[in-house]
Amino acid sequence: MRKSRQKIKSHEQEARLFRNRSLVAALLILLMAIGLVSRLVYLQVFEHDVFITRSDNNRMRVEPLPPRRGLIYDRNGKLLAENRPTYNLTIVRERVDDLDATLERLVQILDLPEDEVATFRERSRQRQRPYQPALLMSDLSEDQIARLAVNRYLLSGVEVEAQLMRYYPDPIVMSHVLGYVGRINAEELADLDPGNYAGTHFIGKTGVEDTYESQLHGRAGLRKVETNARGRVLRELERDPPEPGEDVTLTIDSRLQHMAYDLLDGRRGAIVAIQPKTGDILAMVSAPGFDINKFVTGISYDDYRELQEDIDLPLYNRAARGQYPPGSTVKPFEALGALEYGVVEPDDIIYDPGYFQLPNDSRRYHNWLRWGHGRVDLQRAIEVSNNTYFYTMAYRLGIDRLSSVMHEFGFGEVTSLDVQGALPGLMPSREWKREKYNQAWYPGETLSAGIGQGYFMATPLQLATATATLANHGRWVRPHLAKRIGDTPVTPPFSDTKPDVQMDNRQWWDDVYEGMEAVLNGNEGTARRAGASLEYNMAAKTGTAQVFSLGQNQRYNADELEERLRDHALFIGFAPVEDPQIALAVIVENAGGGVSGLGTAISDAWLQPRAEDEDLPAATINEEVEGLDGD
Amino acid sequence: MATDFQRTAPGGQRARVGRKRSLWLRLHLDPWLLSILLLLVSFGLVVLYSASGMSSHTTLAQAIRMGVALLGATIIAQFSPVTLYRWTPLAYGAGLMMLVAVEVMGDIGMGAQRWLQIGPLRFQPSEVMKIAMPMMLAAYLHRRPLPPSWKDLLVCAVIVAVPVLLIARQPDLGTSMLVTAAAAFVILLAGLSWKFILTLIAMAAGAAPLLWMNMHNYQRQRVLTFLNPESDPLGAGWNIIQSKTAIGSGGIEGKGWGLGTQSQLEFLPERHTDFIVAVLGEEFGLIGMLTILVLYLLLVSRGLVMANSAQDTYGRLLAGSIVLTFFIYVFVNIGMVSGILPVVGVPLPLVSYGGTSSVTLMAGFGILMSIHTHRRLLTH
Repeated sequence: MRKSRQKIKSHEQEARLFRNRSLVAALLILLMAIGLVSRLVYLQVFEHDVFITRSDNNRMRVEPLPPRRGLIYDRNGKLLAENRPTYNLTIVRERVDDLDATLERLVQILDLPEDEVATFRERSRQRQRPYQPALLMSDLSEDQIARLAVNRYLLSGVEVEAQLMRYYPDPIVMSHVLGYVGRINAEELADLDPGNYAGTHFIGKTGVEDTYESQLHGRAGLRKVETNARGRVLRELERDPPEPGEDVTLTIDSRLQHMAYDLLDGRRGAIVAIQPKTGDILAMVSAPGFDINKFVTGISYDDYRELQEDIDLPLYNRAARGQYPPGSTVKPFEALGALEYGVVEPDDIIYDPGYFQLPNDSRRYHNWLRWGHGRVDLQRAIEVSNNTYFYTMAYRLGIDRLSSVMHEFGFGEVTSLDVQGALPGLMPSREWKREKYNQAWYPGETLSAGIGQGYFMATPLQLATATATLANHGRWVRPHLAKRIGDTPVTPPFSDTKPDVQMDNRQWWDDVYEGMEAVLNGNEGTARRAGASLEYNMAAKTGTAQVFSLGQNQRYNADELEERLRDHALFIGFAPVEDPQIALAVIVENAGGGVSGLGTAISDAWLQPRAEDEDLPAATINEEVEGLDGD
Repeated sequence: MATDFQRTAPGGQRARVGRKRSLWLRLHLDPWLLSILLLLVSFGLVVLYSASGMSSHTTLAQAIRMGVALLGATIIAQFSPVTLYRWTPLAYGAGLMMLVAVEVMGDIGMGAQRWLQIGPLRFQPSEVMKIAMPMMLAAYLHRRPLPPSWKDLLVCAVIVAVPVLLIARQPDLGTSMLVTAAAAFVILLAGLSWKFILTLIAMAAGAAPLLWMNMHNYQRQRVLTFLNPESDPLGAGWNIIQSKTAIGSGGIEGKGWGLGTQSQLEFLPERHTDFIVAVLGEEFGLIGMLTILVLYLLLVSRGLVMANSAQDTYGRLLAGSIVLTFFIYVFVNIGMVSGILPVVGVPLPLVSYGGTSSVTLMAGFGILMSIHTHRRLLTH
């Protein structure tokens, strides 16, 4: 074998060289081993506590157990808000072999429209802990669930999860009473107890759902579980069960509510009915309503815009927040004020030439009947809704006393216990005008206030409340929507509500009642047509509220006006006069007039025996009767 | 067996002239090496059973694989180093060809391509290079006077560079580094001057930015994540965080066999392959880790002793390189799992579940035994 030219290969020397080198290598190996051991000692001895905590945090998870939201019933036990399981589609990317193919397949199976596919893809790429499911789509239809089940074998990593969601069986008619729940937003989150709402996704946004949120929500529980890396729970280590939310029974009578909504017949308006003895709100309708179920799942932008831009303002709760000039419906209350302050006696005659004039003022304040009602006493003034009489009363009372008596009946104030967002309306006064406009009060404005016009504003809820107080001979009850929370009856704090309206002479109540009865059964009664078929005694008052002011000598002709410029029609009433069971207020926007029939129909429905109504369980009817007899 | 008596004994090795050779020598096996190997493999199987979630199927498959690999090593040990020496250029050439084949197919198939399918056999040519590379270098240097001259080093550089670049292009950074390491050990053991070594280290430090620029994104990501795993705790940092947590939470005594929550609840990824040592650390604690390290060190020591007993340059360099590369496996794997080295795909030798690398490693030990037990047959 030929050797190298320069050097002779020496086996001895090479073996020695190798031995030296392998010794160095052995030394290096030892050093590296020491390096590894140091690292292990550091991790396993010095940092052991840190890592044991970390590994415990890995495997142990505290899961919130959200409470079941309380249900909402009407006064007869009819379910108004329930929780329904809905099904959501989730995906665990780590268990999906080919994400794009799976998504493609899902789009086909679910038959998704193009615009939803994009959000779908985006959601599937959201970052999260490995093996945590990402929400792809909520509220699957039964059809979709079935198709997913059939194709399950093709869709590893795709799961259908159940979740309880609020559902309103009667979403439109009950919309403004119930309000709705929706997903908790960042703003709300800041004010919530994070522990109690840890597992809760929905919160009451408006209506009863909002007012009684704390009772309906309940108390969250929690459990400590051991999970594997895929998030699958292997065993439960500790459990603190949640306390479900309390069911809320409302004072609302579903049948009456429906009837009121149907009576409005697509027109804009509101109807509020109150049980005078208890303050129970039997019906509170604002029309048009809207589908509150859409808000639970998250209303689409287009749907929401449509609701917002709807000229009929369906989102607007007219019953509690609609502030209308009450018009002639204030006259019975004003009459009582005039009697109380002694500016008139029931039998005093005022002559109506068709207008009223302030002293030293040429301006004529017209009666609605151009040629006047002639000789008018208190009862006839109410029956025919004579303006001149009440101009006179207002003039004699002055704005201070008029304002004071109206406040006694709750005008200009929020008196309801739990009607969310109720507005106070406006009972004008000298002080108010000075503060607001920095102007003196003009006597002419007193006259306007005297017939419920001018600055005077009231909500349908206020009108119904005042009517109930009137029906009660002045005894105040606080109107409320909740009848029972859980098993505890709601007893509104009647004591801290307004003082009862006192009259020196109890007979005066009946004088006013008689006038109001004549509205329905008198020869000249403004609602005599509606009253013709009544089988019981009802006291009522009609009213119109001007949408725009007429000039001095202009005459009103409903036919010539655009529909939306027509007057609002109002009606208040209670029945039976001897033992009032229902007090109500009706307002229909731009109706011109003729809504008394709505009021009498509701009263009929409430007072008539309900034999034909098979929906009502016998027990609740009995309880109802007891409740009435008790007061 | 007359050849026994022709034996010359360099380096103070005494031939037991006239005495009957031991059974082990006749079988061309080394009892020390085999015992340590068996202990390691058994311990590995115990850990694997737990790491695979008590899968007797996996454990049995691995046991069979290790058995076959040991059998392969035994067979290789029967070939004399002379035979190996003669076949060396062929092995290297074949390995190179297969790497080129992978490269070509990788171009067609897009993305990472490491496997080659020949009939029913499916294997990684880069694994072949792990053995063929040190063989080729040792064979070349065997014919040159040592320490190697500049010209020799240049030839060696070419022998190393071509396959390493091909492997790195696959891309398989881990294997290309291991093959480079195997080659480097041959040259270092051949007596490369210390001055040269230091210069190389300095140059390597200077070349680090260049390497960085040529890295694939996922490789860079690994390095970045290694430097700061918490920066991406749910993504690339997940593996390191979970493996450190597993090892650290094991403490001194460990959580007990099959009781490691990190391993059993599947927080630890790749727990029966590359990250199996984290299972060991969690369930057997520091004691278990020291035990396996001691076994590895014993194996390496025995290997170095065997390498020193080799009679010629080829055997010495090849044996030494095999042993040192083996330890590099151990160091890199435990280092990466415990978070002091970046995550490269290096399995824990003889313990991680998987075929290719254990076969290669066992083949290396077969060569080691061949060199050790055929001493007297070497002639030049």
